[in-house]
Amino acid sequence: MSKTILIADDEKNILISLEFLMKREGYVVVVAHDGQEAIDAISREHPDLVLLDVMMPKKTGFDVCQEVRANPDLKDMLILMLTAKGRDTDIAKGLAMGANGYVIKPFSTRELAQRVHDMLDQA
Amino acid sequence: MLSPTLVITVSFTYLFILFAVAYFGDKRAETGQSIIASPWVYALSMAVYCTAWTYFGSVGLAASAGVWFLPIYLGPMLSMILAWLVVRKMIRIAKTYRITSIADFIASRYGKSPLLAGLVTIITVVGIVPYIALQLKAISSGYKVMTTPLGGIATPPSAWWSDGTLYMALILAGFTIIFGTRHLDSSERHEGLVAAIALESVVKLVAFLAVGLFVTYGIFDGMSDIFSQASAIAEIKALLTFDQGRSFAYTQWFALTLLAMLSVIFLPRQFQIMVVENVDEQHLKRAVWVFPLYLLLINIFVLPIALGGLLYFGTAPVNAETFVLSLPLAHGQNMLALFAFVGGLSAVTGMVIVEVIAISTMVCNDLVMPVLLRTTRLGERSGGDLTKLLLFIRRIAIIGILLLGYLYFHLAGEAYALVSIGLISFAAVAQFAPAMLGGMYWKNGTRDGALAGLLLGFVMWSYTLMLPSLAKSGWISEDFLNQGLFGIELLKPEQFLGLVGLDNLTHSLFWSLFVNIAAYVAVSLWKRPTAHETSQALLFVDVFERTHLSHPVFWQGQAKVTDLLHLTGRFMGETKALRLFTDYAQEVGVDEIGQIPEDATLVHFVETHLTGAIGSASARIMVASVVEEEALELDDVMRILEEASQLRAYSEALEEKSRSLEQATRELQVANEQLKSLDRLKDNFMSSVTHELRTPLTSIRAMTELMLDDPDMEEEQRLEFLSIVVSEAERLSRLVNQVLDMAKIEAGHAEWHSSDVDILELVTQSVNSISGIYKEHGAVLEVHAPKHVSLIRADADRLIQVLINLLSNAVKFVPEQKGKVEVHIRDAKEGITVEVIDNGPGIAPEKQQLVFEKFRQVEGEIDRQPGTGLGLPISRQIVEHFGGRMWLQSKIGEGACFGFFLPRQKDSLTDTS
Repeated sequence: MSKTILIADDEKNILISLEFLMKREGYVVVVAHDGQEAIDAISREHPDLVLLDVMMPKKTGFDVCQEVRANPDLKDMLILMLTAKGRDTDIAKGLAMGANGYVIKPFSTRELAQRVHDMLDQA
Repeated sequence: MLSPTLVITVSFTYLFILFAVAYFGDKRAETGQSIIASPWVYALSMAVYCTAWTYFGSVGLAASAGVWFLPIYLGPMLSMILAWLVVRKMIRIAKTYRITSIADFIASRYGKSPLLAGLVTIITVVGIVPYIALQLKAISSGYKVMTTPLGGIATPPSAWWSDGTLYMALILAGFTIIFGTRHLDSSERHEGLVAAIALESVVKLVAFLAVGLFVTYGIFDGMSDIFSQASAIAEIKALLTFDQGRSFAYTQWFALTLLAMLSVIFLPRQFQIMVVENVDEQHLKRAVWVFPLYLLLINIFVLPIALGGLLYFGTAPVNAETFVLSLPLAHGQNMLALFAFVGGLSAVTGMVIVEVIAISTMVCNDLVMPVLLRTTRLGERSGGDLTKLLLFIRRIAIIGILLLGYLYFHLAGEAYALVSIGLISFAAVAQFAPAMLGGMYWKNGTRDGALAGLLLGFVMWSYTLMLPSLAKSGWISEDFLNQGLFGIELLKPEQFLGLVGLDNLTHSLFWSLFVNIAAYVAVSLWKRPTAHETSQALLFVDVFERTHLSHPVFWQGQAKVTDLLHLTGRFMGETKALRLFTDYAQEVGVDEIGQIPEDATLVHFVETHLTGAIGSASARIMVASVVEEEALELDDVMRILEEASQLRAYSEALEEKSRSLEQATRELQVANEQLKSLDRLKDNFMSSVTHELRTPLTSIRAMTELMLDDPDMEEEQRLEFLSIVVSEAERLSRLVNQVLDMAKIEAGHAEWHSSDVDILELVTQSVNSISGIYKEHGAVLEVHAPKHVSLIRADADRLIQVLINLLSNAVKFVPEQKGKVEVHIRDAKEGITVEVIDNGPGIAPEKQQLVFEKFRQVEGEIDRQPGTGLGLPISRQIVEHFGGRMWLQSKIGEGACFGFFLPRQKDSLTDTS
């Protein structure tokens, strides 16, 4: 059975490209346009992995990450943070909030696909 | 009635408890754990002001004159208001120059004059003797009340040696000796004594309040009961009014208040407790309200007890002054009476011990020692240890003063009421006021002036108050009272120079203070002060401006360390002298006593410490005897002062420099903080720019990679991706342009091409260029403007940039197909206002300021042409560049109105007007 991936990003065009990429890799894709939608989709769909943008309206990726980790049902969910903020402090913060990985935008599509694949394999 | 044995046993027990407290206090002081280093103890010890006069006399006075007992307590309350100014200065002077008595204070101020010290001492002894007699009288009549059946007549003693009062005086002398002169430490403070005095203050207050409560609520039915009963009897009712049927004696009321104001500062025991025994100037702050509060408390029950006594005893022959004891006794409350007696004993012993210690120190240091040092071989260099002699003199003085008190009690005591006796003493110490206050605040006061003032004031006091008191007691002839001295009418002591209409106390106070002040001022102005007086005057008056380091030492001559060490040892004991000199050696930075530089500072150091032990006048004589001094002329003083003032000017310049350095440091710190915060802002800006640049790049890279990987991608998909890549590339270049634009404007590098522009034309241009987008969205754009708008000086291209930004923002938010945007232009004399109003969703008030910040896009933005987050900040910068401002008015659901105002600049204003 194919794995489900939630993609959360407020940039429509990034969402389009990621959706295309993940579908090509054979995953089932769910999308969310802001932090709140992401939370709702996570608790509704229980995806296998979340591609989570940091700078989103309503709730930031950090907030989403924290809520997920605080929820006993969801705390083992795989989260890969995507962000255009590349400072060391931002990366440290993301990992501290409990993300499983951190990818800086712009990313290589191949590398991202490989990363997702590896994370799901290890789980 | 109580048995004499019981009363005497209790009294002695109480005195020994006090002694134990004092002993404990001294022991703790030796180990450095002071038990009196508290503002409460200081304030309570000041209540030594309340003596038998307060305890017994006030009630007596209230019973015969109503509220007239009050001025004696109003005065001190007024004094305490000024205490922070006056008393603090006295404390500072006394501490700085190691002054231990009021005689020393005055003598030291006027050139360390032994003559003046002696005169002040004599005035004090003569003046205070009646006050001590008052205490003896009070305690002896109190004792009689306690041990005689109520209403019975005490049998007068058959011979002087069987008079209990004499033994009372001797016992008090004995206690004073063991309290005050166990060792020679007048240069330090009597810590144990102060502790005991503070305790006594508590005891007498509690005892008096206990009796007051008993009379008010035990015998009567509360205050109102007493006063209503008293009002029912005509004679007693009269006591409750100020005038008592006659016209109110304002002058007398004023005189009494003034007298008490001066006394609370200049009485020897008050000076001792307030100034000499003060531990910390800051304690004064507490005392200035606690002490008046104490006075208030101890006076609350005076009238109730007096009225209660009058009501209860009626015409029975009971002395009103002993109501405090006789009322409880009459009700069989023997233990309460005994407690009240102990309270009275507290009031008496506290006063006597402190007063007599203070006076005996003065007698020894300022009267006996100078004479001994001058007339005998004591002053010679070879002399031995004198500490024992000093103690001996003081002990003899204590016994002598108490015996004098007893003598006065014997001569005049029976004829006068307690209060009248006390007032005679108050008037005597009031004579110190001109010399003391003048000395502290007036640099021109001289020794001769002070001598003349004190002498005349004292003579006047003796003639108009003291001698009449003896005459009225029948000990000297009353002829001079009635006919005047030598039969001259004008010299009648109580109507001097024909001054009538004043009571004898006011009369005496007027004349004595008048001649005192007049002589002090006149003589001071008449004769130039000597060098020594000038120097002391400066040291006293400017005490707050001088620190130990900078005050000049007015001395020149030669001295030997060994001589000075020996001299110090004779008066202070050898071990203590050695310790002092070792400390001094350390202070000046040498290893041993022998290396101490033999300079003026050393002489000054020795003299200051000797002053503490034997007074300034004696210390001056002793130091002069071992060093070779050169006469100091006024010119020398001026030169020394000149040097000192140069030093001070130099030090002020240094301070000024250090202040400006501190200022510079502060400014640098502020600048640094600003830089840091700018740095943080820049960091945040860079982070935001990076984010904004990476976001379109992410889409471009992802889509191109996807297309590259999949050559067989459907045509439709490929077209969509390509158009996204193009629009993201456009967004990227727009962003780069705006970031550069913003940076240029902020850095001031932007180019501005100002000309006189027609806003109407610019709006039309902008509307035309953007109309395509509006059509796309089906939105309406209306312009409301007057026909003619006057020209304004600005950069046309920049203004178009602003207008297009506002118009394109507006269209992003209006509803599809139903959008409506209005442009309003208003022309006024001050400038032009342009508003762009949309019918979009509006912006919440808390987010309205954010829209003008860089990279802040309001959430909920409808997904259209994405903004860069720099348009509004840049527009605002442009408007502000022309001196205008930009704003936003909006409510959720009612659209938004972005407006800006451009002022006419001065030159264009003159053009149009």
